[in-house]
Amino acid sequence: MSHADDHQGTRRDFIYYATAGAGVVATGAAVWPLVNQMNPSADVLALASIRVDISAVAPGTQLTVLWQGKPVFIRSRTEEEIAAARAVDVSDLPDQGAENENLLGEEDASDENRALSEDGTWLVQMGICTHLGCVPLGEQGDFGGWFCPCHGSHYDTAGRIRKGPAPRNLLVPVASFIDETTIQLG
Amino acid sequence: MSGIPHDHYEPKTGIEKWLHTRLPIVGLVYDTLMLPTPKNLNWMWIWGIVLAFTLVLQIATGIVLVMHYTPHVDLAFKSVEHIMRDVNGGHMIRYFHANGASLFFVAVYLHMFRGLYYGSYKAPREVTWIIGMLMYLMMMGTAFMGYVLPWGQMSFHGTAVITGLFGAIPFIGESIQTWLLGASAVGQPALNRFFSLHYLLPFVLLGLTIVHVWAFHTTGNNNPTGVEVRRTSKEDAAKDTLPFWPYFVIKDLFALAVVLAVFMAIVGFMPNYLGHPDNYVPANPLATPSHIVPEWYFLPFYAILRAFTADVWIVQLVNFVSFGIIDAKFFGVLAMFGAIAVMALAPWLDTSSVRSGRYRPMFKWWFALLAFDFMVLMWVGAMPTDGIYPYISLIAATYWFGYFLVLLPLLGVIEKPLPQPATIEDDFNAHYAPKAEADASAKSAE
Amino acid sequence: MFRKLTLTAATALALTTGQAIAESETHVHDYDFSFEGPFGSFDQMQLQRGLQIYTESCSACHGLELVAFRTLHDEGGPALPEDQMRAYAEFYEVYDAATDEYVPATPADHFPAGTYEGAPDLSLMAKSRAGFHGPLGTGINQFVKGMGGAEYIASILAGYEEAPECAPEDFDGYYNVAFAPGGFPEECIDDHGHHTVPGSWIGMPPPLYGDDVEYADGHSTDIHHEAQDVAAFLMWTAEPKMMARKQAGLAGVILLILLSVLLYLTNKRLWAPHKHKD
Repeated sequence: MSHADDHQGTRRDFIYYATAGAGVVATGAAVWPLVNQMNPSADVLALASIRVDISAVAPGTQLTVLWQGKPVFIRSRTEEEIAAARAVDVSDLPDQGAENENLLGEEDASDENRALSEDGTWLVQMGICTHLGCVPLGEQGDFGGWFCPCHGSHYDTAGRIRKGPAPRNLLVPVASFIDETTIQLG
Repeated sequence: MSGIPHDHYEPKTGIEKWLHTRLPIVGLVYDTLMLPTPKNLNWMWIWGIVLAFTLVLQIATGIVLVMHYTPHVDLAFKSVEHIMRDVNGGHMIRYFHANGASLFFVAVYLHMFRGLYYGSYKAPREVTWIIGMLMYLMMMGTAFMGYVLPWGQMSFHGTAVITGLFGAIPFIGESIQTWLLGASAVGQPALNRFFSLHYLLPFVLLGLTIVHVWAFHTTGNNNPTGVEVRRTSKEDAAKDTLPFWPYFVIKDLFALAVVLAVFMAIVGFMPNYLGHPDNYVPANPLATPSHIVPEWYFLPFYAILRAFTADVWIVQLVNFVSFGIIDAKFFGVLAMFGAIAVMALAPWLDTSSVRSGRYRPMFKWWFALLAFDFMVLMWVGAMPTDGIYPYISLIAATYWFGYFLVLLPLLGVIEKPLPQPATIEDDFNAHYAPKAEADASAKSAE
Repeated sequence: MFRKLTLTAATALALTTGQAIAESETHVHDYDFSFEGPFGSFDQMQLQRGLQIYTESCSACHGLELVAFRTLHDEGGPALPEDQMRAYAEFYEVYDAATDEYVPATPADHFPAGTYEGAPDLSLMAKSRAGFHGPLGTGINQFVKGMGGAEYIASILAGYEEAPECAPEDFDGYYNVAFAPGGFPEECIDDHGHHTVPGSWIGMPPPLYGDDVEYADGHSTDIHHEAQDVAAFLMWTAEPKMMARKQAGLAGVILLILLSVLLYLTNKRLWAPHKHKD
């Protein structure tokens, strides 16, 4: 190869680099599907979002649905419950974060940041105690919200932890209104 | 490794020396990659790389498929459809795997027939050949068990037929068949164990690949002339060879890219062409498909299995002298495995002192007929067993045995070989004239 | 050498194409479908019409167990708008084990299985039947024509004809010129064992007569068009990822051809000094 002059050398290098580049692209294109197949498949993704009909949920009652194997509380709150929740000073709370997956994560735990609808009627949250994962009971406990029978955690009417061993407020999952009587989870 | 004299790896820096005295792995990789390779290898020497690539492809896609597949008689078929419909890119991965089996066999048959033509099986490469035959048997087993896993109609009834072959063995056949299936019929135990073995055997195949490569790296590659590389000195060897890297790696990669472009077109545009439609019907023990045809790569040997029926005189003779122990069914099974066995024995059946078919004027034609015979067997294996087809398969099967058992020993004695080139360098330069000469001849042509 | 051998083998195969196997002959018409060939794609409107035929005719007996309602919304398929797909799913009821009652189906649910025992599931029908086998059973012509699953379905649906005179009046089933594996009366077999009429007698009563549905897009509803529409739909249920597959195939082939050319040039340059020395 010593006889090749500079001009030839450049052209040869170009071919070599182009070949190596194309080889890398081809390898990448071959490997990517082998990696991507481990992501959730279409049937799993289809179950990741469900629609819930809430037309039959009267004020002061709660609908519990199973979503991705976990219970979700959908509560239509009464005026009194909303008022009680909004009267609380956020700085008194053990967990002052909103714990709402629909928000960015910086917001405080005011009732407005937890309720799904602006008027505060609809509260959607995971029915899993943040202590050790039991399912809390509704309309019980010292604050009229939820009470976890396992280790005695008390949540208020906005699902915020007030008393007991649980470290955080009940998680608000990704949820949105499709129309006035349908909520989509996920 | 002994073999052709060439420069070995010399550790230079401190770290290299440190590692080399503890684990000479860099030296192993270097010696493997820089192996002196006959520079006159032609395009039939690419199939080894294609096979190595296909094995890796099958293992990679197979491991992925197992992440979604369920080896259960009620769920296997649905889990395959789940891969086809819901898993990200699953349809491509499965089609690659299913058609990869065909690519594997296309490559292995070309690889084997190249060896048969250029005498690659002859001394001192018998061990390479025998290991290759073992790998071929293992490939067939793996492919067969893989075909069972989708649990379609062909999977189910094909398994019944193939395991039934073992049932033909006198006295112990039925026990062997039951042992293979784990039951008296094909069912959950068979599916589970075939799944396990289908996962295991490719790794055994990978191990054998390393031994296969080790064996011919010891003896050196054969080449189209069949003339050995000169080992008198490093300089002489260097005139006959070029290092594997980069010369043959790039050449093989080019060939691989071309082969894969064709493969990709089949997977993308006609992925079910080589399969059987009945395997898209879930397995049903109560209904047999109208005709059970093995996958194309089994057809030549399937044809030999069916060729020896009870009305062939040699079958009747063997039946008579064995006091009826070897009946037509068992004879067929013996013939099928025998057809592979005679191929494995080729190194000892071939008596010719000349290695490459290129310099064997009579052998050339008989070999061409063998290759044609193989195609005929493949075609007739898919045909019905009435009319003219049994005669065709009997003639074709007879030639297969005749080639290995009669022609190979005989030709070496009666044939007068053509003169061979003295060295590989001579052969190479005869193809590629020195530049000055080439220019001169081009000018005189003007 | 090897190229010569391949050619000989190919010629040998080609020479045998003149003969024919003496078996029951069927008339599978080679319909032109939009999804044929490397660049063919599903006709979205045709798939929607096929879905309508399936819903109004086939689903009375047959099922589509492997197909999820959500896939009706998929690109490369019928691509129903999401709200229509949801509304379509709600027509069906599925058993909810948690509440022990039947509830309207959601997009994540699958089409129900068939209700009639003799009717096979249609999810994979277009891939589990081959319309073209020739020449001589080698299936080589599938290189050009494809497997012919959709052609086979359309031919069966449009293949009902009046029973030939040789058959007894009360012979079981319905005469169909495209159906091979059905019953066949001995009266229609000649002395050499050959069938004198094509096709055989199928158990399924004629599902389509023409004008069975009314298409929203005003497409023709004669029996051949209806049969093709539902055959195309069933091709989609059997191979829902066909469009993605062909796209990946084309991209792969182009990339590999490019890579081949580059490797060829690299290889040539690499070897040049050894092949033609000064």
